[in-house]
Amino acid sequence: MARIFSYIVHKAGVADDSAAELVAAAKKIDPGASPTAILTGWGAELDAVSSELRASYAEVWKIANEALAYPNAELVRKALVSILPHDSILLVPHAHFGVDLSPGLSIKLNAAFVSDVLSIEGMEGRYLKVVRQEFGGQVSAHVRCDISSGAVINIRPGAFKPLASAPASGAVVDKSSGVGSLSSRRRYLETVAAEPVDVDISEQPVLVSLGRGIQEQVNVSIAHELADAMGAAVSCSRPVVDAKWMEKSRQVGSSGQTVKPKVYLACGISGSFQHLAGIKGNPFIVAINKNPKAPIFQVADVGIVDDMLEFLPELTSKIREQ
Amino acid sequence: MEILVCAKRVPDTSENEIQLNSAGNDIEREDLLYSINEPDNYAVEEALQIVDRAGGNVTVVTVGGEDDEEILRREMAMGAKHGALISDEAFSGSDGKGIATILKAFVKKGHYDLILTGVQAEDGASQVGGMLAAMLDYPFASLVNAIEVLEGGKLKISREIEGGDKEMNEIDLPCVLSIQTGINEPRYVGMRGIRQVASVPIPTLDAAELGLEVAAVGEAAAKVKRADYFVPALGKGAEMLGGSREEVIDKLIGLMKAKGGLK
Repeated sequence: MARIFSYIVHKAGVADDSAAELVAAAKKIDPGASPTAILTGWGAELDAVSSELRASYAEVWKIANEALAYPNAELVRKALVSILPHDSILLVPHAHFGVDLSPGLSIKLNAAFVSDVLSIEGMEGRYLKVVRQEFGGQVSAHVRCDISSGAVINIRPGAFKPLASAPASGAVVDKSSGVGSLSSRRRYLETVAAEPVDVDISEQPVLVSLGRGIQEQVNVSIAHELADAMGAAVSCSRPVVDAKWMEKSRQVGSSGQTVKPKVYLACGISGSFQHLAGIKGNPFIVAINKNPKAPIFQVADVGIVDDMLEFLPELTSKIREQ
Repeated sequence: MEILVCAKRVPDTSENEIQLNSAGNDIEREDLLYSINEPDNYAVEEALQIVDRAGGNVTVVTVGGEDDEEILRREMAMGAKHGALISDEAFSGSDGKGIATILKAFVKKGHYDLILTGVQAEDGASQVGGMLAAMLDYPFASLVNAIEVLEGGKLKISREIEGGDKEMNEIDLPCVLSIQTGINEPRYVGMRGIRQVASVPIPTLDAAELGLEVAAVGEAAAKVKRADYFVPALGKGAEMLGGSREEVIDKLIGLMKAKGGLK
């Protein structure tokens, strides 16, 4: 079995939650595996993360390089190509960095690439059998991947539960000298923070959240009327922002806001994993959707199959009567 | 600027309930509504807007069969100057790397300054753009939600990262970018527009015309293969509220009061 590595995403000197999840994923590939953490960066922040990782990884490969102070995927790819052994299996969290890094890296390593893996069933000969989702989560698929000449596998954040294993006291191996000078035809300039918000949906206890089912901009008022009657705030999913019907600051999801309400009314929202990733704190989720196959019904507490454009106004008037 | 947009015709998940077929080896494809993959449509609009500002032409290419020509024509009605259909039975069963290999051969036959893809298609893999860039040895950026053309063969781009933050980068041309939805407002295409391009010839290219070795693409070359589709039995799922709409509303109000959603 090839050696398994976990690429560690970190920020401000702290490892991402995915660092522990990738250990669990590695054990699903090979129960005997002890994956090696691989992390890139620079300075005190990098040192802080490598110390932290010694508690969960038996070995930590550290690549310190000033050019990697910000994780530009083009530069990280070059660094990884220089130091990864042949036929390695590299696990990467499937978020904006993994989407940037992994497909191109797999080409440069001549390795297989599997994206956004939710579950790993194990080896069948030279094939790794995994589970992915397609069609916005409406159906799942078993995928077989020939990993005999290495693989880059993007793992969905949150899909693997960290193991409650005995604490490790891992060794940090400095691999910096294996990486030459790094340059790229894509240069990081700066990060621009999201614009300030009119209503901070992250602090709202009750959210009426709109998805693609709203169909037209004029219908947005239906949600505002319900929210007024309930004393709730209005949030939305990505398609509503893409259509410019609501502000980006109202978007719930991995590329929008993280919310932690008590009650979440998902109206005409299909329930992509990027949207669900923005809902924390185990709220009571009510899903209203015309499509009985919508993935949101798998995670909601209560489901209603109906047209939100008809259902919500009737709900609003009933609440107002009371 | 010569811009190539790689597009795909997919079942429209906003219009279809995707179900398994009776054999369980595929989705039920009868009566599905197909359309251009939504992020690809944003990519075409972005290409058209760049050409409006900086000059040049937009070409839209897809790998598929004759049914897929309809999306090329639709995007040409939006304003793309050229369309190209890459089609060969040998391409069947290609994985992401196979598709990128095919597109690379097409790119090498022309001269493109900028290549755009949608950020992902119906399989949610987000892979072909990054693979194509690596094969061409072009720089790549994913999740792009703004593009500004700079002097000296460069672009300033914004990537969508977590929490609504934007990662700003400068990138040299030629490059490959994967385009996120919401980057622009794609123009409307009416039946009239499509009729106007109905007789514009769209070339079809096969493996031989692209100089592709058949062994490098298709099912035999694919390291990644889908074995089946299934619908997972996930947890208990939602408690579905049934009855008349009035009854459902009464039940829901009771539940929301109990959970603190209503006073």
